[in-house]
Amino acid sequence: MGPLIPQGYITGQWEFVIALLIGAAFGFLLESSGFSSSRNIAGVFYGYNFVVLRVFFTAMIVAMVGLLYFDYLGWIDMSMVFVLPTFLAPMLLGGFIMGLGFVIGGFCPGTSYTACAIGKLDGFAFLGGFFLGVFLFSEAFPLFEKFYYSGDMGNITIGEVLHVSDRVVAFAFVVIAIAAFYVTWLIEKKVRANRTESKFE
Amino acid sequence: MNKNTKIKNGPRYINPYLGGILLGLLLLATFFIAGRGLSASGAVKLSIVTIVDKIAPSHAMANGYYSKFIPADGSSPLFNWLIFAAIGTFFGGMLSGAIFGRLKKFRIEHAPTVSSRTRIIAAIIGGILFGIGSQFGRGCSSGAALSGTASFSFGGLIVMLLMFGIGYAFAYFFRKLWI
Repeated sequence: MGPLIPQGYITGQWEFVIALLIGAAFGFLLESSGFSSSRNIAGVFYGYNFVVLRVFFTAMIVAMVGLLYFDYLGWIDMSMVFVLPTFLAPMLLGGFIMGLGFVIGGFCPGTSYTACAIGKLDGFAFLGGFFLGVFLFSEAFPLFEKFYYSGDMGNITIGEVLHVSDRVVAFAFVVIAIAAFYVTWLIEKKVRANRTESKFE
Repeated sequence: MNKNTKIKNGPRYINPYLGGILLGLLLLATFFIAGRGLSASGAVKLSIVTIVDKIAPSHAMANGYYSKFIPADGSSPLFNWLIFAAIGTFFGGMLSGAIFGRLKKFRIEHAPTVSSRTRIIAAIIGGILFGIGSQFGRGCSSGAALSGTASFSFGGLIVMLLMFGIGYAFAYFFRKLWI
């Protein structure tokens, strides 16, 4: 049955209406979880607020396990679900640069939209920088075009790299996530004992 | 509500595990409907492509990156799922802010350890880094780290591990910005 759009069940302008609604739900959940505040987000790096880890990992394991069930029940044709391709070296570099940007800027692109939406000027500063960064990358692209396409492993999955099934991968993620929830809860309790404020808006 | 009770009660956010479950279900629904996950950075990329293509079309076509995203049929790159989703994200955030009382006049949020000016400069630098990094990474926290990993992509996992790992590795050097 699914995915609906690649199989042609939804076409034309309806796609954009649905995109708008999905985007709105995404923005609502990001903001209501506390991601319009860079200080909440940065808490994950300093131990005073692990909301990023909780929301991110919960969402990931729910979607992973959900996809497996949808596949098992025959509701979704997994061969039509987009698996982000892997370009090893450029993605390592990209992750590295974004990690730096994360701890310096305190937002990621999606969360900065919601910060802008409620009037945070630091959100606008981040988003402005983000536009500039994409522009700089694009202008300089001819300099590193070859590197950008290097290490092409195709649409490879975690399971294919580790020679295990998707089910094993999902199970491992669930176990790691639950362990992380517990350990970070302990850390957060300790760190918060020495602080007056750990949640911000 | 006066200021004191507000500090005592703290900001009103939903439970993070509830938020995570709802976000996971939304991501699952997005996979079911669109065959791909959530995204945030793609919209900015397409906006930049559109602006450059409008101002300097021959320059855009000669560049191997811009030209990748300019539709061959002459339609606007903005007529795209990613753009509508990003507009939705903005207004969804605004709706939540309005409901929970956080939609207020323009302000700069920063830790007491830094000035507003430092915070703004750091936010711009962070944004620039994310702009560059997300292009090498084939997506940002939403498209690569979250949606990529959730659909079992090896590259998504790489980006997620690096993003958080490097954040922790360098957190010490930037602690004055936050604590």
